[in-house]
Amino acid sequence: MGFDTAYEAIAEESGDQRWAFGTGFSGPLTGVDTAVPAGVAGADLAAYCLMLGDDALIMSHRLQEWLARAPELEEETALANIALDLLGQAQLLLARAGQADGSGRSEDDFAFGRAEREFRNVVLTEVTDADFGGLIARLLVFSTWRLALLDRLRSARDPVLAAVAAKGVKEVAYHRDYAAQWLLRLAGGTEYSRGRMVAGLAAVAPLVAELFSCTEVERGLAAAQVAVDPASLRAEYDSVIASVLDLARLAWPDAPGLAGATVERGAAGLRGAVGERGRDGVHTEAMGDLLAELQSVARAYPGGTW
Amino acid sequence: MSLAQRAREVAATVPDPELPMLTLDDLGILRDVTADGARVVVSLSPTYTGCPALREMSADVSRRLAAAGFAEVEVRTVLSPAWSSDWITAEGRRKLAAAGIAPPGPAPRRGAGPVPLTLTVGRTGVTCPACGSPDTGLTAAFSATACKDLYRCRACSEPFEHVKEI
Repeated sequence: MGFDTAYEAIAEESGDQRWAFGTGFSGPLTGVDTAVPAGVAGADLAAYCLMLGDDALIMSHRLQEWLARAPELEEETALANIALDLLGQAQLLLARAGQADGSGRSEDDFAFGRAEREFRNVVLTEVTDADFGGLIARLLVFSTWRLALLDRLRSARDPVLAAVAAKGVKEVAYHRDYAAQWLLRLAGGTEYSRGRMVAGLAAVAPLVAELFSCTEVERGLAAAQVAVDPASLRAEYDSVIASVLDLARLAWPDAPGLAGATVERGAAGLRGAVGERGRDGVHTEAMGDLLAELQSVARAYPGGTW
Repeated sequence: MSLAQRAREVAATVPDPELPMLTLDDLGILRDVTADGARVVVSLSPTYTGCPALREMSADVSRRLAAAGFAEVEVRTVLSPAWSSDWITAEGRRKLAAAGIAPPGPAPRRGAGPVPLTLTVGRTGVTCPACGSPDTGLTAAFSATACKDLYRCRACSEPFEHVKEI
Protein backbone atom coordinates (compact mmCIF):
# COMPACT_ATOMS: atom_id res chain seq x y z
CA MET A 1 0.00 0.00 0.00
CA GLY A 2 1.30 3.44 0.78
CA PHE A 3 -0.42 6.33 -0.89
CA ASP A 4 0.73 9.91 -0.96
CA THR A 5 -2.76 11.22 -0.39
CA ALA A 6 -6.09 9.91 0.86
CA TYR A 7 -7.51 10.80 -2.54
CA GLU A 8 -5.06 8.45 -4.23
CA ALA A 9 -6.11 5.62 -1.93
CA ILE A 10 -9.75 6.11 -2.80
CA ALA A 11 -9.12 6.42 -6.51
CA GLU A 12 -6.83 3.39 -6.71
CA GLU A 13 -9.28 0.54 -7.20
CA SER A 14 -11.22 2.20 -9.97
CA GLY A 15 -8.37 4.08 -11.56
CA ASP A 16 -11.01 6.77 -11.86
CA GLN A 17 -9.63 10.18 -10.93
CA ARG A 18 -12.86 11.35 -9.43
CA TRP A 19 -15.10 10.31 -6.58
CA ALA A 20 -18.47 10.96 -5.00
CA PHE A 21 -17.84 14.49 -3.84
CA GLY A 22 -16.39 15.91 -7.04
CA THR A 23 -18.25 17.44 -9.94
CA GLY A 24 -18.85 16.37 -13.50
CA PHE A 25 -21.27 13.54 -12.75
CA SER A 26 -24.37 13.11 -14.84
CA GLY A 27 -27.44 15.08 -13.80
CA PRO A 28 -29.57 14.14 -10.79
CA LEU A 29 -32.65 13.50 -12.92
CA THR A 30 -31.04 10.94 -15.24
CA GLY A 31 -33.70 8.54 -16.43
CA VAL A 32 -36.56 10.38 -14.75
CA ASP A 33 -39.49 11.19 -17.04
CA THR A 34 -39.26 14.96 -17.31
CA ALA A 35 -42.11 15.85 -19.68
CA VAL A 36 -43.94 19.01 -18.61
CA PRO A 37 -47.58 18.20 -17.73
CA ALA A 38 -50.20 19.11 -20.33
CA GLY A 39 -51.61 22.60 -20.10
CA VAL A 40 -48.72 23.94 -18.02
CA ALA A 41 -46.33 26.61 -19.30
CA GLY A 42 -42.75 25.40 -18.96
CA ALA A 43 -41.60 28.88 -17.93
CA ASP A 44 -44.08 28.94 -15.03
CA LEU A 45 -43.11 25.49 -13.84
CA ALA A 46 -39.44 26.51 -14.01
CA ALA A 47 -40.12 29.68 -12.02
CA TYR A 48 -41.88 27.64 -9.34
CA CYS A 49 -39.06 25.09 -9.17
CA LEU A 50 -36.62 27.97 -8.70
CA MET A 51 -38.65 29.32 -5.77
CA LEU A 52 -38.67 26.01 -3.91
CA GLY A 53 -35.15 25.12 -5.06
CA ASP A 54 -33.67 28.47 -4.03
CA ASP A 55 -35.35 28.23 -0.61
CA ALA A 56 -33.56 24.92 -0.07
CA LEU A 57 -30.24 26.04 -1.56
CA ILE A 58 -29.96 29.27 0.43
CA MET A 59 -31.20 27.76 3.69
CA SER A 60 -28.70 24.94 3.19
CA HIS A 61 -25.86 27.42 2.72
CA ARG A 62 -26.72 29.30 5.90
CA LEU A 63 -26.83 25.99 7.80
CA GLN A 64 -23.43 25.04 6.42
CA GLU A 65 -22.02 28.26 7.86
CA TRP A 66 -22.75 26.82 11.30
CA LEU A 67 -20.22 24.05 10.82
CA ALA A 68 -17.35 24.53 13.28
CA ARG A 69 -19.51 27.06 15.15
CA ALA A 70 -22.25 24.88 16.66
CA PRO A 71 -22.37 24.47 20.46
CA GLU A 72 -21.66 20.71 20.34
CA LEU A 73 -20.27 18.20 17.87
CA GLU A 74 -23.63 16.41 17.72
CA GLU A 75 -25.33 19.62 16.63
CA GLU A 76 -22.76 20.17 13.90
CA THR A 77 -23.55 16.72 12.58
CA ALA A 78 -27.26 17.48 12.78
CA LEU A 79 -26.97 20.80 10.97
CA ALA A 80 -24.70 19.29 8.31
CA ASN A 81 -27.24 16.52 7.69
CA ILE A 82 -30.15 18.94 7.46
CA ALA A 83 -28.12 21.12 5.09
CA LEU A 84 -27.31 18.07 2.96
CA ASP A 85 -30.96 17.01 2.70
CA LEU A 86 -31.90 20.52 1.59
CA LEU A 87 -29.03 20.68 -0.87
CA GLY A 88 -30.28 17.43 -2.40
CA GLN A 89 -33.76 18.88 -2.76
CA ALA A 90 -32.28 22.03 -4.33
CA GLN A 91 -30.29 19.96 -6.80
CA LEU A 92 -33.38 18.17 -8.11
CA LEU A 93 -35.56 21.28 -8.19
CA LEU A 94 -32.99 23.44 -9.99
CA ALA A 95 -32.29 20.65 -12.48
CA ARG A 96 -36.04 20.41 -13.06
CA ALA A 97 -36.19 24.17 -13.67
CA GLY A 98 -33.55 23.89 -16.39
CA GLN A 99 -35.56 21.23 -18.19
CA ALA A 100 -38.92 22.89 -17.78
CA ASP A 101 -37.80 26.23 -19.22
CA GLY A 102 -36.17 24.51 -22.16
CA SER A 103 -32.79 26.12 -21.51
CA GLY A 104 -31.13 22.88 -20.46
CA ARG A 105 -29.30 24.72 -17.69
CA SER A 106 -27.95 22.45 -14.95
CA GLU A 107 -28.41 22.89 -11.22
CA ASP A 108 -24.85 24.23 -11.07
CA ASP A 109 -25.61 26.83 -13.76
CA PHE A 110 -28.49 28.11 -11.64
CA ALA A 111 -26.66 28.01 -8.31
CA PHE A 112 -23.39 29.51 -9.47
CA GLY A 113 -24.29 31.55 -12.53
CA ARG A 114 -27.19 33.75 -11.51
CA ALA A 115 -27.09 37.27 -10.13
CA GLU A 116 -28.77 38.16 -6.83
CA ARG A 117 -31.86 39.61 -8.54
CA GLU A 118 -32.53 36.24 -10.21
CA PHE A 119 -32.78 34.27 -6.95
CA ARG A 120 -36.36 33.53 -5.85
CA ASN A 121 -35.90 32.39 -2.25
CA VAL A 122 -37.94 33.88 0.57
CA VAL A 123 -35.98 36.35 2.71
CA LEU A 124 -36.33 34.06 5.76
CA THR A 125 -33.79 31.67 4.25
CA GLU A 126 -31.05 34.22 3.59
CA VAL A 127 -30.72 36.13 6.86
CA THR A 128 -27.90 35.37 9.28
CA ASP A 129 -28.51 34.05 12.78
CA ALA A 130 -27.39 36.03 15.81
CA ASP A 131 -26.85 32.81 17.78
CA PHE A 132 -28.01 29.20 18.13
CA GLY A 133 -31.37 30.30 19.56
CA GLY A 134 -31.88 32.45 16.47
CA LEU A 135 -31.05 29.51 14.24
CA ILE A 136 -33.49 27.20 16.04
CA ALA A 137 -36.29 29.76 15.72
CA ARG A 138 -35.60 30.18 12.00
CA LEU A 139 -35.26 26.45 11.38
CA LEU A 140 -38.53 25.70 13.19
CA VAL A 141 -40.41 28.30 11.15
CA PHE A 142 -38.80 27.20 7.88
CA SER A 143 -39.24 23.46 8.35
CA THR A 144 -42.81 23.75 9.68
CA TRP A 145 -43.76 25.80 6.62
CA ARG A 146 -41.84 23.69 4.11
CA LEU A 147 -43.17 20.42 5.53
CA ALA A 148 -46.78 21.63 5.17
CA LEU A 149 -45.96 22.73 1.62
CA LEU A 150 -44.20 19.53 0.52
CA ASP A 151 -46.90 17.39 2.08
CA ARG A 152 -49.50 19.00 -0.18
CA LEU A 153 -47.19 18.99 -3.16
CA ARG A 154 -47.04 15.17 -3.07
CA SER A 155 -50.22 15.13 -5.11
CA ALA A 156 -49.01 17.73 -7.63
CA ARG A 157 -49.71 16.93 -11.28
CA ASP A 158 -46.02 17.29 -12.12
CA PRO A 159 -44.48 13.87 -11.41
CA VAL A 160 -41.03 15.28 -10.64
CA LEU A 161 -42.34 17.82 -8.12
CA ALA A 162 -44.56 15.14 -6.58
CA ALA A 163 -41.62 12.74 -6.21
CA VAL A 164 -39.28 15.38 -4.76
CA ALA A 165 -42.03 16.36 -2.33
CA ALA A 166 -42.79 12.79 -1.23
CA LYS A 167 -39.14 12.23 -0.46
CA GLY A 168 -38.70 15.66 1.10
CA VAL A 169 -41.58 15.13 3.52
CA LYS A 170 -39.68 12.32 5.23
CA GLU A 171 -36.58 14.46 5.51
CA VAL A 172 -38.14 17.76 6.59
CA ALA A 173 -40.36 16.06 9.19
CA TYR A 174 -37.11 15.07 10.89
CA HIS A 175 -35.74 18.62 10.63
CA ARG A 176 -38.87 20.04 12.21
CA ASP A 177 -38.71 17.56 15.10
CA TYR A 178 -35.09 18.53 15.69
CA ALA A 179 -35.85 22.27 15.81
CA ALA A 180 -38.95 21.81 17.98
CA GLN A 181 -37.07 19.64 20.47
CA TRP A 182 -34.29 22.22 20.72
CA LEU A 183 -36.78 25.04 21.19
CA LEU A 184 -38.27 23.19 24.16
CA ARG A 185 -34.81 22.52 25.60
CA LEU A 186 -33.68 26.14 25.31
CA ALA A 187 -36.98 27.53 26.59
CA GLY A 188 -36.94 25.14 29.54
CA GLY A 189 -33.24 25.57 30.33
CA THR A 190 -31.78 28.58 32.09
CA GLU A 191 -33.09 32.11 32.12
CA TYR A 192 -30.35 32.96 29.65
CA SER A 193 -31.17 30.17 27.17
CA ARG A 194 -34.86 31.05 27.38
CA GLY A 195 -33.98 34.69 26.71
CA ARG A 196 -32.01 33.69 23.60
CA MET A 197 -34.97 31.66 22.33
CA VAL A 198 -37.34 34.59 22.87
CA ALA A 199 -34.92 36.89 21.02
CA GLY A 200 -34.65 34.35 18.18
CA LEU A 201 -38.41 34.25 17.72
CA ALA A 202 -38.57 38.05 17.76
CA ALA A 203 -35.90 38.24 15.05
CA VAL A 204 -37.70 35.80 12.76
CA ALA A 205 -41.25 37.10 13.31
CA PRO A 206 -41.16 39.93 10.72
CA LEU A 207 -40.12 37.44 8.02
CA VAL A 208 -43.04 35.05 8.42
CA ALA A 209 -45.72 36.93 6.44
CA GLU A 210 -43.85 36.46 3.17
CA LEU A 211 -44.11 32.67 3.50
CA PHE A 212 -47.87 32.75 3.01
CA SER A 213 -48.10 35.37 0.31
CA CYS A 214 -48.89 34.05 -3.17
CA THR A 215 -47.21 35.13 -6.41
CA GLU A 216 -48.98 35.18 -9.77
CA VAL A 217 -47.03 32.11 -10.88
CA GLU A 218 -48.03 30.14 -7.79
CA ARG A 219 -51.66 31.17 -8.16
CA GLY A 220 -51.79 30.01 -11.77
CA LEU A 221 -50.00 26.74 -11.12
CA ALA A 222 -52.07 26.03 -8.01
CA ALA A 223 -55.21 26.31 -10.13
CA ALA A 224 -53.66 23.76 -12.51
CA GLN A 225 -52.85 21.50 -9.52
CA VAL A 226 -49.12 21.76 -10.09
CA ALA A 227 -48.29 24.06 -7.16
CA VAL A 228 -49.56 24.82 -3.67
CA ASP A 229 -51.07 28.18 -2.78
CA PRO A 230 -48.95 29.12 0.25
CA ALA A 231 -51.89 30.88 1.89
CA SER A 232 -53.48 27.43 2.31
CA LEU A 233 -50.62 26.40 4.63
CA ARG A 234 -51.28 29.03 7.25
CA ALA A 235 -53.70 27.08 9.46
CA GLU A 236 -51.47 24.03 9.73
CA TYR A 237 -48.41 26.18 10.30
CA ASP A 238 -50.11 28.19 13.04
CA SER A 239 -51.34 25.09 14.80
CA VAL A 240 -47.92 23.38 14.83
CA ILE A 241 -46.10 26.51 16.02
CA ALA A 242 -48.75 27.12 18.69
CA SER A 243 -48.46 23.56 20.00
CA VAL A 244 -44.67 23.89 20.40
CA LEU A 245 -44.88 27.35 21.97
CA ASP A 246 -47.62 26.19 24.37
CA LEU A 247 -45.39 23.41 25.65
CA ALA A 248 -42.52 25.88 26.00
CA ARG A 249 -44.85 28.39 27.70
CA LEU A 250 -43.82 31.00 25.19
CA ALA A 251 -45.97 33.39 23.18
CA TRP A 252 -45.43 34.28 19.53
CA PRO A 253 -43.84 37.75 19.59
CA ASP A 254 -45.67 40.78 18.30
CA ALA A 255 -43.80 41.86 15.21
CA PRO A 256 -43.40 45.62 15.37
CA GLY A 257 -44.95 47.38 12.42
CA LEU A 258 -46.53 44.17 11.14
CA ALA A 259 -49.56 43.89 13.40
CA GLY A 260 -51.85 41.15 12.21
CA ALA A 261 -49.00 39.70 10.13
CA THR A 262 -51.07 39.68 6.98
CA VAL A 263 -48.76 41.94 5.02
CA GLU A 264 -49.00 40.93 1.40
CA ARG A 265 -45.76 42.19 -0.06
CA GLY A 266 -42.59 43.58 1.44
CA ALA A 267 -41.50 43.40 5.05
CA ALA A 268 -40.81 46.46 7.18
CA GLY A 269 -37.24 47.08 8.19
CA LEU A 270 -35.76 45.19 5.25
CA ARG A 271 -33.83 46.72 2.43
CA GLY A 272 -35.41 46.52 -0.98
CA ALA A 273 -38.11 48.32 -2.82
CA VAL A 274 -41.47 48.61 -1.12
CA GLY A 275 -43.94 46.11 -2.52
CA GLU A 276 -41.34 43.57 -3.53
CA ARG A 277 -39.67 40.71 -1.74
CA GLY A 278 -37.51 37.60 -2.06
CA ARG A 279 -39.89 35.80 -4.40
CA ASP A 280 -39.59 38.78 -6.77
CA GLY A 281 -35.80 38.75 -6.55
CA VAL A 282 -35.52 41.57 -4.03
CA HIS A 283 -33.24 40.50 -1.22
CA THR A 284 -31.65 41.85 1.94
CA GLU A 285 -28.07 42.97 2.27
CA ALA A 286 -27.17 39.57 3.72
CA MET A 287 -27.87 37.89 0.40
CA GLY A 288 -24.99 39.64 -1.35
CA ASP A 289 -22.46 38.31 1.15
CA LEU A 290 -23.96 34.85 0.94
CA LEU A 291 -23.77 34.67 -2.86
CA ALA A 292 -20.26 36.10 -2.92
CA GLU A 293 -19.10 33.09 -0.94
CA LEU A 294 -21.39 30.51 -2.54
CA GLN A 295 -20.27 31.47 -6.04
CA SER A 296 -16.63 32.40 -5.40
CA VAL A 297 -14.99 29.22 -6.69
CA ALA A 298 -17.28 28.86 -9.69
CA ARG A 299 -16.65 32.48 -10.67
CA ALA A 300 -12.89 32.23 -10.19
CA TYR A 301 -12.67 29.04 -12.28
CA PRO A 302 -15.55 29.15 -14.78
CA GLY A 303 -16.54 25.65 -15.93
CA GLY A 304 -13.99 24.03 -13.64
CA THR A 305 -14.55 20.44 -12.49
CA TRP A 306 -12.83 18.46 -9.77
CA MET B 1 -29.74 -16.99 -18.02
CA SER B 2 -30.94 -13.83 -19.73
CA LEU B 3 -28.83 -10.75 -20.27
CA ALA B 4 -30.84 -8.84 -17.67
CA GLN B 5 -30.41 -11.61 -15.10
CA ARG B 6 -26.67 -11.75 -15.66
CA ALA B 7 -26.43 -7.96 -15.42
CA ARG B 8 -28.48 -8.01 -12.24
CA GLU B 9 -26.09 -10.48 -10.63
CA VAL B 10 -23.21 -8.10 -11.31
CA ALA B 11 -25.07 -4.94 -10.23
CA ALA B 12 -26.30 -6.63 -7.05
CA THR B 13 -22.75 -7.14 -5.80
CA VAL B 14 -21.82 -3.45 -5.90
CA PRO B 15 -21.16 -2.27 -2.33
CA ASP B 16 -22.50 0.90 -0.75
CA PRO B 17 -19.48 3.22 -0.48
CA GLU B 18 -20.49 4.42 2.98
CA LEU B 19 -21.71 1.07 4.33
CA PRO B 20 -19.33 -1.23 2.44
CA MET B 21 -20.56 -4.36 4.23
CA LEU B 22 -23.86 -3.94 2.37
CA THR B 23 -24.56 -4.35 -1.34
CA LEU B 24 -27.02 -2.22 -3.27
CA ASP B 25 -29.36 -5.21 -3.23
CA ASP B 26 -29.12 -5.58 0.59
CA LEU B 27 -29.95 -1.90 0.95
CA GLY B 28 -32.99 -2.17 -1.32
CA ILE B 29 -31.92 0.61 -3.65
CA LEU B 30 -31.38 -1.61 -6.72
CA ARG B 31 -34.85 -1.19 -8.13
CA ASP B 32 -34.67 -2.86 -11.50
CA VAL B 33 -32.33 -4.25 -14.14
CA THR B 34 -33.65 -4.64 -17.68
CA ALA B 35 -32.11 -5.31 -21.07
CA ASP B 36 -33.04 -3.63 -24.30
CA GLY B 37 -31.10 -5.50 -26.96
CA ALA B 38 -27.47 -5.21 -25.88
CA ARG B 39 -28.25 -2.22 -23.69
CA VAL B 40 -28.56 -2.75 -19.93
CA VAL B 41 -30.65 -0.32 -17.90
CA VAL B 42 -30.13 -0.26 -14.12
CA SER B 43 -32.58 1.68 -11.93
CA LEU B 44 -31.46 2.95 -8.52
CA SER B 45 -33.32 4.84 -5.77
CA PRO B 46 -31.54 7.35 -3.55
CA THR B 47 -31.93 6.68 0.19
CA TYR B 48 -31.89 10.41 0.96
CA THR B 49 -32.19 13.14 -1.68
CA GLY B 50 -28.78 14.62 -0.93
CA CYS B 51 -26.95 11.34 -0.37
CA PRO B 52 -23.63 11.77 -2.22
CA ALA B 53 -23.14 8.00 -2.25
CA LEU B 54 -25.72 7.61 -5.02
CA ARG B 55 -23.40 9.20 -7.57
CA GLU B 56 -20.56 6.97 -6.50
CA MET B 57 -22.85 3.93 -6.72
CA SER B 58 -23.99 4.85 -10.24
CA ALA B 59 -20.40 5.19 -11.37
CA ASP B 60 -19.53 1.89 -9.66
CA VAL B 61 -22.42 0.02 -11.31
CA SER B 62 -21.39 1.29 -14.75
CA ARG B 63 -17.77 0.39 -14.13
CA ARG B 64 -18.45 -3.14 -12.88
CA LEU B 65 -20.89 -3.92 -15.67
CA ALA B 66 -18.41 -2.62 -18.23
CA ALA B 67 -15.70 -4.78 -16.67
CA ALA B 68 -18.07 -7.79 -16.87
CA GLY B 69 -18.42 -7.24 -20.61
CA PHE B 70 -21.66 -5.29 -20.87
CA ALA B 71 -20.95 -2.78 -23.61
CA GLU B 72 -23.85 -0.41 -23.16
CA VAL B 73 -25.01 0.52 -19.65
CA GLU B 74 -27.41 3.20 -18.50
CA VAL B 75 -28.05 3.99 -14.83
CA ARG B 76 -31.38 5.63 -14.08
CA THR B 77 -32.57 7.39 -10.96
CA VAL B 78 -35.98 6.38 -9.63
CA LEU B 79 -37.45 9.03 -7.33
CA SER B 80 -40.90 7.58 -6.83
CA PRO B 81 -41.87 5.74 -4.72
CA ALA B 82 -39.36 7.13 -2.24
CA TRP B 83 -36.94 4.65 -0.65
CA SER B 84 -37.98 3.26 2.70
CA SER B 85 -35.77 1.63 5.33
CA ASP B 86 -38.31 -1.24 5.18
CA TRP B 87 -36.67 -2.20 1.87
CA ILE B 88 -33.42 -3.26 3.56
CA THR B 89 -33.39 -7.06 3.16
CA ALA B 90 -33.14 -9.60 5.98
CA GLU B 91 -29.59 -10.31 4.82
CA GLY B 92 -28.85 -6.56 4.90
CA ARG B 93 -30.16 -6.33 8.47
CA ARG B 94 -28.02 -9.27 9.55
CA LYS B 95 -24.90 -7.66 8.02
CA LEU B 96 -25.65 -4.30 9.67
CA ALA B 97 -25.98 -5.88 13.11
CA ALA B 98 -22.80 -7.92 12.55
CA ALA B 99 -20.99 -4.65 11.76
CA GLY B 100 -22.21 -3.08 15.02
CA ILE B 101 -24.96 -0.97 13.45
CA ALA B 102 -28.50 -1.48 14.76
CA PRO B 103 -30.87 -2.18 11.86
CA PRO B 104 -34.05 -0.09 11.55
CA GLY B 105 -37.41 -1.08 13.02
CA PRO B 106 -40.57 -0.74 10.92
CA ALA B 107 -40.91 2.64 9.17
CA PRO B 108 -43.60 4.91 10.63
CA ARG B 109 -47.00 4.54 8.98
CA ARG B 110 -48.84 7.76 8.33
CA GLY B 111 -52.53 8.24 8.82
CA ALA B 112 -54.61 10.99 7.29
CA GLY B 113 -53.98 14.61 8.24
CA PRO B 114 -50.81 16.62 8.80
CA VAL B 115 -47.46 14.97 9.53
CA PRO B 116 -47.39 14.51 13.31
CA LEU B 117 -44.77 16.35 15.34
CA THR B 118 -42.51 14.12 17.46
CA LEU B 119 -41.25 15.72 20.65
CA THR B 120 -40.06 12.61 22.46
CA VAL B 121 -36.37 11.92 21.99
CA GLY B 122 -35.43 8.62 20.36
CA ARG B 123 -37.44 5.43 20.06
CA THR B 124 -37.74 2.42 22.32
CA GLY B 125 -36.94 -1.10 21.23
CA VAL B 126 -33.58 -0.37 19.59
CA THR B 127 -31.44 -3.34 20.52
CA CYS B 128 -27.73 -2.94 21.28
CA PRO B 129 -25.79 -4.74 18.53
CA ALA B 130 -22.94 -5.46 20.98
CA CYS B 131 -24.75 -7.11 23.91
CA GLY B 132 -28.34 -7.47 22.73
CA SER B 133 -29.84 -5.36 25.52
CA PRO B 134 -32.98 -3.38 24.66
CA ASP B 135 -32.04 -0.80 27.32
CA THR B 136 -30.69 1.87 24.98
CA GLY B 137 -31.13 5.61 24.47
CA LEU B 138 -30.64 8.14 21.69
CA THR B 139 -27.56 10.34 22.01
CA ALA B 140 -27.83 12.22 18.70
CA ALA B 141 -30.59 12.37 16.12
CA PHE B 142 -28.08 12.60 13.25
CA SER B 143 -24.85 10.79 12.51
CA ALA B 144 -21.97 10.49 10.05
CA THR B 145 -24.28 9.57 7.18
CA ALA B 146 -27.77 10.78 6.32
CA CYS B 147 -29.36 7.40 7.06
CA LYS B 148 -28.20 6.88 10.66
CA ASP B 149 -28.50 8.30 14.19
CA LEU B 150 -26.54 7.54 17.38
CA TYR B 151 -27.56 5.47 20.39
CA ARG B 152 -25.88 4.30 23.55
CA CYS B 153 -26.45 1.05 25.42
CA ARG B 154 -27.20 1.52 29.11
CA ALA B 155 -26.32 -2.10 29.88
CA CYS B 156 -22.84 -2.35 28.33
CA SER B 157 -22.23 1.41 27.79
CA GLU B 158 -21.33 0.85 24.15
CA PRO B 159 -22.25 3.72 21.79
CA PHE B 160 -23.55 2.57 18.41
CA GLU B 161 -25.13 3.75 15.18
CA HIS B 162 -28.69 2.87 14.19
CA VAL B 163 -30.29 3.12 10.76
CA LYS B 164 -33.19 5.58 10.93
CA GLU B 165 -36.69 4.44 10.08
CA ILE B 166 -38.06 6.34 7.07
